[in-house]
Amino acid sequence: MKVLAALSGGVDSAVAAARAVDAGHDVTAVHLALSRNPQSHRTGARGCCTIEDSNDAFRAADMLGAPFYVWDLSSEFQEKVIEDFISEYAAGRTPNPCLRCNESIKFEAVLDRAMALGFDAVCTGHYAQIFSGPNGPELHRAIDPLKDQSYVLGVLTEEQIAHSMFPLGDSTKVEVRAEADRRGILVAAKPDSHDICFIPDGDTAGWLSRQIESVPGEVIDVETGNKVGTHAGAHAFTVGQRRGLALGNPTGDGERRYVVDVDVKNNLVMVGPPVLLDIDVIEAIKPRWAGPLPSNGQSIHVQIRAHGDALPATVHFGEDLITIQLEEHLRGLAAGQAAVMYDGTRVIGSATVSRSRRSATV
Amino acid sequence: MAYLDNAATTPMYPEAVAAMTNLLAQPGNPSSLHASGRRARRLVEESREKVAKALGSRSAEVVFTAGGTEANNIAVKGIAWDQRKKEPQRTRIIAGSTEHHAILDPVEWLVESEGFSVTWVKSDTYGLITPDALREAIGPDSSDVAVITIMLANNEVGTVNDIIALTAVAREHGIRFHTDAVQAPAWLELNFSDLGVCAMTVSAHKVGGPHGIGALVISRDCHVTPLIHGGGQERDVRSGTLDTPAIVSFATALEISKARRTETVARVRIMRDDLVRRVQEIAPEAIYNGSIESRLVNNAHFTFPGCLGDSLLMLLDAQGVECSVGSACNAGVPQPSHVLLAMGADRDAARSTLRFTLGHSTTQADVDALIVALPSAIERAKRAGMPTLTSAPVRV
Repeated sequence: MKVLAALSGGVDSAVAAARAVDAGHDVTAVHLALSRNPQSHRTGARGCCTIEDSNDAFRAADMLGAPFYVWDLSSEFQEKVIEDFISEYAAGRTPNPCLRCNESIKFEAVLDRAMALGFDAVCTGHYAQIFSGPNGPELHRAIDPLKDQSYVLGVLTEEQIAHSMFPLGDSTKVEVRAEADRRGILVAAKPDSHDICFIPDGDTAGWLSRQIESVPGEVIDVETGNKVGTHAGAHAFTVGQRRGLALGNPTGDGERRYVVDVDVKNNLVMVGPPVLLDIDVIEAIKPRWAGPLPSNGQSIHVQIRAHGDALPATVHFGEDLITIQLEEHLRGLAAGQAAVMYDGTRVIGSATVSRSRRSATV
Repeated sequence: MAYLDNAATTPMYPEAVAAMTNLLAQPGNPSSLHASGRRARRLVEESREKVAKALGSRSAEVVFTAGGTEANNIAVKGIAWDQRKKEPQRTRIIAGSTEHHAILDPVEWLVESEGFSVTWVKSDTYGLITPDALREAIGPDSSDVAVITIMLANNEVGTVNDIIALTAVAREHGIRFHTDAVQAPAWLELNFSDLGVCAMTVSAHKVGGPHGIGALVISRDCHVTPLIHGGGQERDVRSGTLDTPAIVSFATALEISKARRTETVARVRIMRDDLVRRVQEIAPEAIYNGSIESRLVNNAHFTFPGCLGDSLLMLLDAQGVECSVGSACNAGVPQPSHVLLAMGADRDAARSTLRFTLGHSTTQADVDALIVALPSAIERAKRAGMPTLTSAPVRV
């Protein structure tokens, strides 16, 4: 196959591309330039997409004997990932930009362009597995639970999965690092990247405050309706958050208050006791399916964070939304988060959380 | 492999390779006073004379540099600083809007960091800088102008400016004039003393010589403030131990290039015209950019509407055809061509370009290979389409 390998400049994508070469594929390497103003050097484990990363990717491609190009996707990334991230936060939701990037950049803009240019598949260093099933290709969890990235790939459609290659899904990170070392890939010891790549200092709240106008407002206790404090800008708060609330007067029961809702329209941060965070019904929109749709009422597992647990649940189809009924309560789920549904290790699909509640309140 | 990127760099003449390799193991710093030093000095001075002869200058006017970019920096910064030192009101630089980044960037640095201002001279739709456009840029009062810099031949679209007509305008105002002639010597007869410039940049690797060596030809009465201090080896304009093997190789290449120019030009013109005709047959919608009459004989530059230049480049590269999108790269990403934008093209057109540049080693088989590879490349690049350029980030 003619394979386009996306090289980030890190260990995983380099080893993935090397395995694609070993498997006999005709591999061409690209580095995705996602930042309009790339910095020259990485600093520590944070961030990505510096010129140094691009050079590391170039050297990895050299070692594989693969032609190397840089594709400028900075405009698409700005529009579909960064601006989406800002507007979601501005609307009081908590998005996952890695899912958006996989959905609209790596496996849409890049994959579409690759297919048009004559490639058969895009290869990345994600930890996930693709198996051929009775109904077509299936996306499964990686064998390394610590590295499994099937959650951030949960947005891929069957068609996208059919043209993707994840050669690392059957290995652990330790094995991949050792293999990089054995292959003489110079970035073998490079630290893993963490956090949000376009916020290199890791200070998401600080970064958002420079993008979204902060208007001070009131913090309201949902149980009493009383004002219990002020905030510098509602967008800086996420459901389930406790730190940064600075509530001067503890409530009568002495229990700690958590953010239970963010009302952007009225610029209010709603707080309450932790019990209010306990939910067992997830309502979600914009589903994307990795294969055949589940049946109504099917038992599944749902994961709501990149490295969260898979929770037993049933899925129900409504008119405009999907309802996921959890078997046990879950604490703290914000709108905007992705709910990725699994059947065993197989990804069924994903949807964006629009609301969560306790079934008792229906 | 079909190499059609000679404007980026040209294969060395075998004679230039031999001249260089023969000297690499020999000791001799041209500044040393013993026999080895004198031998190296003699080789350098003989080479200087050859370069001067090939470029129509006096040998004392040839200052060897580590390439075209350094020569351009010495000229633009050095003349601007010197002029301002002598007449403090001279703080304006006039530069062509189609210049190479080796001019644009030093000019912009002088504006950002040194308190100079700049007036960009407009290009016409063919990439030509006319005397009228230069007059307009100079304006009614030229007393503040430190230096004018306008390229001789454009590296992207190959348009050749009439430097004699342009320097005539500068002379009316008594302004120093530098030209970046890096793309020219392989294809045009250059006579430094006739051009009317006070400084001219040339580079060895565009004429079949080695990388890392070039020259600023600079008249005796044109003073520059040096950029690099430490020995003053080259007329105090440029310091650093002279690279004798590279200088000898440069002179050899320039001499050969000049001696064979008539034959090379005639041969390359036929192949270039054939390339243009056949590309237009394959892609009638392709726009042939630049001037027809006033153009380097080795340059063919097209806009392929609806095709991203770097898609085409990648597809041709996969088929062994090497060319360029023409414009500068930023961290490996081709940028929309500022030359095409200056010529009035829109941003999509400025990202849809390919430049084919022939050289002394180009054969008809190279052109044929391009013509075989191009149709499927265009078809696929069109299918891949043009990613949209979004506006600057919006504050929510």
